Formats: sequence, C-alpha cells, structure tokens
Amino acid sequence: MFIAATIALLITMALTLTRALLGPTLFDRLLAVNSFGTKVVLLIAVHGFMTGRPDFLDIALVYSLINFIGTIAVLKFFEYDDLGSGAYQEDDF
Amino acid sequence: MDTFIVLVLLTFLAITAIGIIVLRDLLGAVILLGVYSLTAAGAFVVMDAVDVAFTEAAVGAGISTILFLGALSFTRHEQKPRGHDSWVALVFVVVTGGLLIYGTLDMPYYGSADSPSQTHPELAVRYIQESGTEVGPPNIVTSVLASYRGYDTLGETVVVFAAGVAVLSLLGLRRRRPEDEAPEDAPGDIPAADPQDSQRRKV
Repeated sequence: MFIAATIALLITMALTLTRALLGPTLFDRLLAVNSFGTKVVLLIAVHGFMTGRPDFLDIALVYSLINFIGTIAVLKFFEYDDLGSGAYQEDDF
Repeated sequence: MDTFIVLVLLTFLAITAIGIIVLRDLLGAVILLGVYSLTAAGAFVVMDAVDVAFTEAAVGAGISTILFLGALSFTRHEQKPRGHDSWVALVFVVVTGGLLIYGTLDMPYYGSADSPSQTHPELAVRYIQESGTEVGPPNIVTSVLASYRGYDTLGETVVVFAAGVAVLSLLGLRRRRPEDEAPEDAPGDIPAADPQDSQRRKV
C-alpha cells in the first residue's frame, strides 16, 4: 500500500513540476513549487513508513517549515519588490 | 524500490536544472531553484544521508532562496538576451564536469561494503561502542560530525561564513530609502543602461 502511495506521489510530483516549468505566470510557478514541497514532505513521510523507520518524520516537519518560509519570502518580494522594505523604515530615515 | 525513487527524483533534478537554464525570467528561476533543493534533499533522505539532506534543505531551499531574492532586488527580473552563445564557455563547462565525474570513479560505490571506512578493523566498532561515553550525544552521526570530524565541520562553516560576508559586501549593508527607490548609488548595483531600465525595475 505504501508502494502505491509512493508511486502516486511521484506522479503528482511530475505533474506539479510540469506546471512549475510551463506555468505562464509567476503565481502558477509559485503555487506549483509550494505544492511540490508538500509532496516532498509527504514522500519522506511515506518512505519512512514504507521502510519501517518513521524516525525521519521530524525532518519532514522541518521541510514543511522551510517551504513555508521560502514561499513567504517570494510573496513578500512580489509585493514590495524588495526584501528589506517595511513600515519600520520611516522611523529610521 | 529505493533505487526507483532515487532514479525518479534524479530525473526531476535534471529536468528542473534544464528548466532553470532555459528560463529567462530570473524570479521564476529562483523559485525553481527551491524545487531543485527540495528534490535533492528528498533524494538524500531516501539514500539515508539525513544530515546532508538537512543541510541541503536549510541552506539550499531556505537561505539561498532569500539571498537570491535579495540580489534580485538590485537587478532587473529579466535575463539580458545575448546575441550569441559562447562556445568557449560550453567547452570549459563540459570539460570541468567530465573531470569531476572522472574524479568520482575513484570513490567507493554507494553502500559498498568494502569501502575504506567499512574495511578498517576498528573504526566503525570504535564509533558505535565508544562515542556515547567519549562524546555524549546518542546519535553517532552527530558525534562524528561535531567531534571526531570537528575541524572539517569548522572548515565548512568558515566557507559558508566567507560566502555570506562576500554576498553582504557585494549587496551592501545600506538600506534603501522608501522615497528614493532607484538604487543608482547602491554599492552592488549594475549601472543602469538607460532611464527606462530603472523605471522597469520599480514596477
């Protein structure tokens, strides 16, 4: 059963990767990349249970956190065209 | 099954790398680099190299994406179209890659039972039996990385630190003012070719 789940995950990863490569707009790419990261997290979890060693689940959790941070950084770049801009700058200058 | 998963993930890596090369949109390329790092990290986990996978995910997908975005805020989002492709560069890259692959032929195969670290009479036994009392952490890999191979890890950390300092010195530490957004005088800025460029950069 875990083998079937793994194969399904790999197919889904191929589909999201296709969208990330073809995506006409940047938002398509970003959404595809975000779901691709989720699929990697799921793949690590399923692979852990498939080999009988679910000890690597915490790594999957860290990956999902990193994926989230990366998406937030890219979205902030979309919004401000800069990573350092924010309300605090008015006080500094 | 593991070999199959690793093969599929490596295929994804190759496809992503080609996509990054072909893509002219730099922001899209940075996003795809995140896919590349996450796929590589997943392959490392499947191959049981958990510590390498951890570093790859934290540095490749986490920090370097943010560093690339910081660099992008000083340049345009489109790669400058070139009239010709440099054959010298292509030959150079192919030769360097071939030499690197030739160098890996000397290394023991993946999971090989007669690699030098496996055939050494005392090494693995010493790590398994003594690292708990000698170093302390229950994880042997942590003991090897942080204590037995501590200078090696220190050297790696120095390399990463030097790279960070180099990036900071290129980008400059001065923050931009909100009202004066055009970074003409920023230290790491490429000189703007015409006024339209700086206009386009603001959008």
